[in-house]
Amino acid sequence: MAEFLALSLPPMLIASLAALACALPGTFLLLSRRAMLGDAMSHVVLPGIVAGFLLTGSASGLVMGAGALAAAGLSALMIEVVTTRARMEPGAAMAVVFTAMFALGVVLLEVTGTGAIHLDVEHALYGNLESLIWLQATGLSSLIDAQALAGLPHELLRLAIIAALIAAALALFWRPLVVTTFDATFARTSGIPTRLVMAGLTAATALAAVAAFQAVGSILTIAMLICPPATARLLTNSLPTQIALSCVFALIAANAGYVLAGYAPGWIGLPFTVSASGMIATVAGLMLAAAAVIPSKARQPAL
Amino acid sequence: MLSALLLQAGYNAALVSIGAALLGAAAGGAGAFLTLRRRALMSDAMAHATLPGVALGFLVMVALGGEGRFLPGLMLGAALTAGLGLMAVQLLVRRLPEDAAIGAVLSSFYGIGIVLLTVVQGIGMGRPAGLETVLLGSTAGMLRMDALIIGGGGALVLAALWTLRRPLAMVAFDPGHAALSGINTRRMDAALMALVLAVVLVGLNVTGLIMIVALLVTPAVTARLWARTVPGVASLGAAIGATCGYVGAAVSASVPDMPTGPVIVLLAASAFGLSLGLRGHHG
Repeated sequence: MAEFLALSLPPMLIASLAALACALPGTFLLLSRRAMLGDAMSHVVLPGIVAGFLLTGSASGLVMGAGALAAAGLSALMIEVVTTRARMEPGAAMAVVFTAMFALGVVLLEVTGTGAIHLDVEHALYGNLESLIWLQATGLSSLIDAQALAGLPHELLRLAIIAALIAAALALFWRPLVVTTFDATFARTSGIPTRLVMAGLTAATALAAVAAFQAVGSILTIAMLICPPATARLLTNSLPTQIALSCVFALIAANAGYVLAGYAPGWIGLPFTVSASGMIATVAGLMLAAAAVIPSKARQPAL
Repeated sequence: MLSALLLQAGYNAALVSIGAALLGAAAGGAGAFLTLRRRALMSDAMAHATLPGVALGFLVMVALGGEGRFLPGLMLGAALTAGLGLMAVQLLVRRLPEDAAIGAVLSSFYGIGIVLLTVVQGIGMGRPAGLETVLLGSTAGMLRMDALIIGGGGALVLAALWTLRRPLAMVAFDPGHAALSGINTRRMDAALMALVLAVVLVGLNVTGLIMIVALLVTPAVTARLWARTVPGVASLGAAIGATCGYVGAAVSASVPDMPTGPVIVLLAASAFGLSLGLRGHHG
């Protein structure tokens, strides 16, 4: 029990919270056809994180998070500028901006030798879920022991706060968000500031991407922003059900993926574990594949 | 660095620079048609979907008693899973918005690839060290045969683009009109995706799979700011891609620890930023 509490509970909770924080804005990204924004956001945070570290010399989560958020905001702005000034489709504009930002991050890492200290590209890509452990856990009593609880990985509290923030923002701006997502023209004529609403959604996505990126890496972030909402989309046409289902699917993927990564190689006699982030993304993809092959009774065309 | 630019940094380095230039030209040319067909991000899905194939190719070759680092074998595996990824996108697009289908395939195939990479590391057989260079690309210490494969692959794609330039341009410019003039647009689109796949496979070794999309998209959209005709965009895109590939490989060869992919991408992005400032629309 103590071993489970110390080694498995924190990563599973962190993966679950990251999955929730991503799946919530993910539904609205999917419905407003901006699903790839999550992909872009999770790449562009890299130079922000490196720059935050280089400028302050501090590797604290807050500094790097601020840098990442700044990079995400700057990139969203650049995508907007490129789309309008080069008259390009958003997909190509995104590809130009996010690859350039990611490349900048990699070069910064290599040139400054930051890679040797705290960051490396692989960590950024697949995260290090397995290292987020709770050494102070000695048994069930640790769960109510304030001193032991203080030893929980910082990522846990940070992700909990951010997931709660995103959920609260969704609840607060529910109506304008829904109207803007489904019918932007109608939203504009009824006086909803649609640009502001979409900027807010971008900000929520960036926040989720930054928080999840630091804890679990970009691969899991992209998978959780897109796969659970897409799976739910194949199974329901009702928005509340869609959101509930994507949260459930995100949680299942996070926990099943973590368990499979840690134990499945052992079941077939292999003496090692595999990447938890990768396995969670794999499970999320398999769930989508399963939903796609289930012949739905009310087969509807895509949005 | 100057000596690398002037092909004086050794026979292999010169071969790699020329190979990267040919790859850049092929990517810029193919990317022109790809972006005109509004499928820029499809190449991103394909690129990420190569990762499980690279790992599987390695595992199969090790199981057969090899070292696992034979480039054509890795590329064959990559081609198989990238093709599967493309098919998965096409199936999902029937019921989901296209960008969601692309993102879902990209992330889940990439996830499978990372799981398989950790399997490769866990098994500890063969020579897996440096297998992850397919993520960011590296031309350092590249073998002569690898450089020849890159250059040859780039040249083949260029030749195919040249042969198909008329139907490709017509489909890119106006698919409806192209179909009326007797061009099989579906077949042309399939041919274009095959050429993009070839660029992705060859580019794995140079820019890495995360940034190959930049080699396809950035030179092409830069060219679009200057050229007004489809052949013009394709040729200028190829020229910009070739320059970025050549200079990027030379810089990376002469600066220690500098990965090739990011350098090429930043060169292309600078060209784009400059062009946007000079030729972008205002307001």
